[in-house]
Amino acid sequence: MRRFTWFNTTSLTLGFAFLYLPMIILVIYSFNDSKLVTVWAGFSTRWYGELIQNDAFLDAAWVTIKVAGISSTLATVLGTMAAIVMVRMGRFHGRTLFSGMIYAPLVMPEVITGLSLLLLFIGLGLDRGVFTIILAHTTFSMCYVSVVVSSRLISFDTSLEEAALDLGCSPLQAFRLVTLPIIAPAVISGWLLAFTLSLDDLVIASFTSGPSATTLPMKIWSSVRLGVSPEINALSTLMIAVVTVGVVTASLISKRAAVQQRRDEQAADRAGMA
Amino acid sequence: MRRFALIAVPYLWLLALFLVPFIIVLKISLSDIALAIPPYTPTLDLSEGWAGIRRFFAGLDFENFRFLATDNLYWKAYLSSLQIAAVATLLTLLVGYPIAYGMARAPQEWRATLLMLVILPFWTSFLIRVYSWMGILSTEGYLNQLLIWAGLIENPLTILNTPVAVYIGIVYTYLPFMILPIYAALEKLDESLLEAAEDLGCSRLTAFWLVTVPLSKQGIIAGCFLVFIPTIGEFVIPSLLGGSRTLMIGKVLWEEFFSNRDWPVASAVAVILLLILIVPIILFQRNQQKQRETDT
Repeated sequence: MRRFTWFNTTSLTLGFAFLYLPMIILVIYSFNDSKLVTVWAGFSTRWYGELIQNDAFLDAAWVTIKVAGISSTLATVLGTMAAIVMVRMGRFHGRTLFSGMIYAPLVMPEVITGLSLLLLFIGLGLDRGVFTIILAHTTFSMCYVSVVVSSRLISFDTSLEEAALDLGCSPLQAFRLVTLPIIAPAVISGWLLAFTLSLDDLVIASFTSGPSATTLPMKIWSSVRLGVSPEINALSTLMIAVVTVGVVTASLISKRAAVQQRRDEQAADRAGMA
Repeated sequence: MRRFALIAVPYLWLLALFLVPFIIVLKISLSDIALAIPPYTPTLDLSEGWAGIRRFFAGLDFENFRFLATDNLYWKAYLSSLQIAAVATLLTLLVGYPIAYGMARAPQEWRATLLMLVILPFWTSFLIRVYSWMGILSTEGYLNQLLIWAGLIENPLTILNTPVAVYIGIVYTYLPFMILPIYAALEKLDESLLEAAEDLGCSRLTAFWLVTVPLSKQGIIAGCFLVFIPTIGEFVIPSLLGGSRTLMIGKVLWEEFFSNRDWPVASAVAVILLLILIVPIILFQRNQQKQRETDT
């Protein structure tokens, strides 16, 4: 029987306090009235007000959302394709190189990825800006998507696809009607992962962006280097709130989907036995 | 035909935007710096045919690598990155193991929530998580305020802009990477083995050392690699928390590129960093392979 012992309770309490206290402090002090961030001077939402009026931050936020939205969608399409190639296509020429290129970006230091992409864009004479950041983000996040999706593809029964093909589906129909609904949760979480990776990225965006585009992390970076500021605290609080709501909602939805699927499977089993 | 297109699209994308850029880095690392834009020579001019290709290869040299080898700064930066990464990995293991252990032994109905709580910070901005420690660790920060208020110290401690702050930052941001694989290993652990060890006269502590730790070895190894590998090239943490005294290669590369604008040297730094990383990456891959084989 597993239960909480005093040791486990202590280590969990300390561990989660360590993980969450810094962010909780940040959130609390974002409502601090004082300009001096470390001195509490009463509750106020004035920094949120100043944030909303700060055009530079709003512009950067818009650029970031645009980049994240487009690059994560592209990365989901490419990553899902790559996962299908890895799991379903069997052997082909250059498979080793392909799987190497899928896994390498996951362990590659961001400074190297950023530097190498920048040198490519300069070599091609591309104007650096939103477009080049999107290319860069798509490339590294498609690898994360493909890892997430292929773990789902490995675990599901290929006979379902074969049945669809036997029953007269074209391969594309079989994919759309059978495979896609089954791997959908993985595709969605891959998209979410790609979206947050892009939202979060400082290093690669700094390398691949030009003067025309500044993302939110780049903006945060340039003001944070000068020290802690109450406006950044407010901005961080908003970002933490958005991510928390998003992740919790997504996990509740996927939990419900899993329960529904189990019910469907049980019903199918019963129908099969009867 | 359709199969070909399916393979070709992601393949070409990765070739063009992952492999080709590396070849460019390699090429530029072997080039000379020039006061131009782009600030390096030589470029490959295929229109000149063979002569151009020969001139291109004649222009390549290992000068930048010789420069890296003779300048102490770079050697120190590589060594100190490796050392900081190794110590930080050990610290993360020491902090992460008890948490993973506590999670794995928690009642069933709690485990999904605990897992969620470990994963949630991972989704939150990395930059913000590192930034949150700046306010805590600074001289007039919350930690010093607390310690002075509690009467433990009289003068504020200098933690921000020292290696200690970098260690705290790394342990904090990479903790989920350590906890998750160890938790996965501990969760599978058959508890009757522990009961058997205790029946055979082991104390709980000896049973932990002789049974639990060896059986979670795979998780420990995976977690350590997942922290160690990305930490070596880390840039944000040493820049925000480490101050000028902390030397890490990711920061050196960044400054070489953005401040000194010496692209060939920055590329050479990247090439050597990659060579250093290949060893742990291959070891990690082998470990994962082995784990997959034992699982099936």
